[in-house]
Amino acid sequence: MLTLTCPLCGATVEETELAPGGEAHLKRFGPGSSDAEFESYMFNRKNPKGVHFERWRHAYGCGKWFLAARDTVTWEVFGTYPAQTTEPPADLVAKIKAKRPTWEGYK
Amino acid sequence: MAQRRYSMFAVAREALRYHSGWERAWRSPAPKKRYDVVVVGAGGHGLATAYYLGKVHGITNVAVIEKGWLGGGNTGRNTTIIRSNYLQDPSSAIFDKALKLYEDLSQDLNYNVMFSPRGLLMLAQSEHEMRGYKRTVYANELQGVSTEWIGRERVKELVPIINLDGPRYPVLGALYQERGGTARHDAVAWGYARGCSNMGMDIIQQCEVTGVRTEGGKVVGVDTTKGAIDCGKLAVVVAGHSSVLAEMAGFRLPIESMALQAWVSEPIKPAIDVVVMANLVHGYISQSDKGELVLGGGTDGFNNYSQRGSWHHIEETTRALVETFPIVSRLKMLRHWGGIVDMTGDRSPILSKTPVEGIFVNCGWGTGGFKAIPGSGFAMAELVAKGHSPLAADFGLHRFKEGQFIDESVAAGVAH
Repeated sequence: MLTLTCPLCGATVEETELAPGGEAHLKRFGPGSSDAEFESYMFNRKNPKGVHFERWRHAYGCGKWFLAARDTVTWEVFGTYPAQTTEPPADLVAKIKAKRPTWEGYK
Repeated sequence: MAQRRYSMFAVAREALRYHSGWERAWRSPAPKKRYDVVVVGAGGHGLATAYYLGKVHGITNVAVIEKGWLGGGNTGRNTTIIRSNYLQDPSSAIFDKALKLYEDLSQDLNYNVMFSPRGLLMLAQSEHEMRGYKRTVYANELQGVSTEWIGRERVKELVPIINLDGPRYPVLGALYQERGGTARHDAVAWGYARGCSNMGMDIIQQCEVTGVRTEGGKVVGVDTTKGAIDCGKLAVVVAGHSSVLAEMAGFRLPIESMALQAWVSEPIKPAIDVVVMANLVHGYISQSDKGELVLGGGTDGFNNYSQRGSWHHIEETTRALVETFPIVSRLKMLRHWGGIVDMTGDRSPILSKTPVEGIFVNCGWGTGGFKAIPGSGFAMAELVAKGHSPLAADFGLHRFKEGQFIDESVAAGVAH
């Protein structure tokens, strides 16, 4: 069973206490953007086989959204961090890079 | 090259000579340098695509390449349910085409796919579902797809083991499709593979695509673990791994890969001779020819490529099914498996050209791909051969740009 640590309340909880929210760090495109940008923001996803940055909500706990870096094949969780950021923290990226040398990095 | 046909006479002949004359059902050649069409993915959809390319469009210089073994992905990891009671017209057209092809697929392929049109019920266990299914029945009537709404008494007649008066999920009636049922999942892949091989196509297993080669925005070939293969057209039919292949070709798809699980009980005497889906609780049940009860659940909510799912979904589905089918509570569960399904936002498939000329994708079948295999292959073959297909027209990638969704996520009450 998948276990994540909520970076806001500090609790380490099982997935039944959490609600998944899909890919993290989507750049929003609204009025004035091109059709392609809006389509890409709305629907197209990286859906990687490997390192994935994703949103979770501590639904049956503190209720807050947070972000996690996780491997979609092994379910290894590299770390969790608060959602108030547009890209993953540098130390987390470095940690993943050390564990997965062939990973091409966050892009 | 063509094989001897399977028949009663062949069985009799072989019985007289210790079954020494059976040939392998398909050849396993080394890849050639170039093919007109390379199909990536030797699951049901990929093999059906290749089969109809040859049978309907006369294109036989085709390779089907597969990183694992034939039919070892979602084709071997489903609950084998076949139905076509969809709400939207484009869905109902392609799924009913599939059902019609299933009806004489064994004769067409000369391979017994054990299609069993035993009837299929989708239980209504809430007012909302009841209204939804009645709406589907009316829609199906307009589409020329035979389904009917049946009341509680008829449900009990068809499914004697059902408990109609569960405290949480009482059965109010059901959407019944008499033509629906099951088929032997492996046989569908094997039969298509044999048909492809007989037409001279190459099925290359244990051959993983590692890169897609393009020149000037047009596909020219693929790199694989068995060397480079040139192709005129490339059909990507890889379900849960579609995003990975798209990434190699340089574009993204509106797809997320998730795990969907199913499990079977120990074998018991015949207890249920129809397929029953309880979509409110994300559970479905049928009995296999071996006597096992085949149970399926809902998808996990997070991206997953591991072919394993979350334990709590098994628990939730089994718990809900125990209320509706009390005999399940006494059964031991024997096996359990998960497949990686490719989910789109509107829960409808994608059969489409792509930003790269010559690359076609057939994916996004999500939780309901098995039932669609013949129709999907038929439409995909037409799309690849001619560049357009009436059955596939509404399922293009353009629908995400234009907002022309084929919304089956809520209205049809499909299990996902």
